[in-house]
Amino acid sequence: MKRLHCPPGPTALRWLLAAGAAALPLAALAHTDGAEAAGFLSGLAHPVSGLDHVLAMVAVGLWGAVLGAPALWILPVAFPVMMAFGGLLGLAGLPVPGVEVGIALSGIVLGAAVLAQLRPGLVVATLLVAVFAVFHGHAHGTELPAGASGLLYSLGFVIATGLLHGVGILIGEARRWGFGQRLIRTAGGGVAAAGVFFLWRALA
Amino acid sequence: MSASTLRGLMALALALVMPAAHAHLTQTGFGEFYDGMAHLAVSPMDLLLVLAAGLLAGLAGIPAARFTVLALPAAWLAGGLLAQRWPGLAGGEFIGLVPLVLTAALVALDARLRPAGLRVLVVGAGLIHGAANGAAMTAAGAGALSVLGAATAVVVFVTLLAAESTRAVAGWPRVLVRVMGSWITAAGILMFGWLLHAAR
Repeated sequence: MKRLHCPPGPTALRWLLAAGAAALPLAALAHTDGAEAAGFLSGLAHPVSGLDHVLAMVAVGLWGAVLGAPALWILPVAFPVMMAFGGLLGLAGLPVPGVEVGIALSGIVLGAAVLAQLRPGLVVATLLVAVFAVFHGHAHGTELPAGASGLLYSLGFVIATGLLHGVGILIGEARRWGFGQRLIRTAGGGVAAAGVFFLWRALA
Repeated sequence: MSASTLRGLMALALALVMPAAHAHLTQTGFGEFYDGMAHLAVSPMDLLLVLAAGLLAGLAGIPAARFTVLALPAAWLAGGLLAQRWPGLAGGEFIGLVPLVLTAALVALDARLRPAGLRVLVVGAGLIHGAANGAAMTAAGAGALSVLGAATAVVVFVTLLAAESTRAVAGWPRVLVRVMGSWITAAGILMFGWLLHAAR
């Protein structure tokens, strides 16, 4: 596993703390407030309703950008499929242990990977992201209310997730500029810090 | 084939065949043919299948695309007409999801299918979705013209999609096609979950 040796400086740490503080949510987390599966727009809105989900999705894109091709697009291809598999388990009533802990860990691990610019092999990175995707999918699967527009809802849900990956990839493109590396690592640190908070909430 | 195998296959077939789809047919005011055309546009599962088939055909190359733009609508029409005669042939949403997820997954994987495999998949998908259309249209009181309209809409959509995705030979366009495939796959898998959830 290769690692870029460039520890964050004091400025980066201040940014990290500021981002971590800004990321602290008042309430958890990925999830509907009794919304019904009314269709595409409802599905589109669902993933952005929880900060834990949003940050992890953006981190997947960010990490893809750090890893470069082909991980840049393999991770966003693998994630929604495995997330849907997790959702299937949730909808079918099959339990997955430690879902909330797994979601929190996804933030910590993915954020830390971006912060530390970790570059494991493609298989390892894909497997890691796939495992976390199952946790995210299961959490949503157990919460999705049944409705008449199930397919459109699902499609909106998946597209929103993919677009969040896209946001991460776009942020990751900042690496082309001088300040970009610091920005990306700060963002990764923010995600990891938020993940720690989510883990604390999950274990409390 | 032994009697027990035959019984097993029959039981599996009976388990898979769901009641016919709910009757719904968009009323355009222009007659059955156009109602059938509009039906595709408002049927997400059919539309996604055509999208996935068009993308897969495009990724597989020009010969495969040429086959698909002819065979998918032809199979769709045949399945629809057969199901109008024998509505029991139409499977339920579970059955319809199988070719959808399979086709989209192959797009996501950028799988190099053998020509025979692609042909079986395209014709099978067309027959299954066409039959579901035919049964639904019969239940709504529409005739063969509506099935012909749906098949015509399939021609239009799949030709446009296959033509566009054929150009996605490499680079980011091909990646985008694969991402779309993964999204459709994921939506299909989630839909399986919805159906399982509803059946519980």
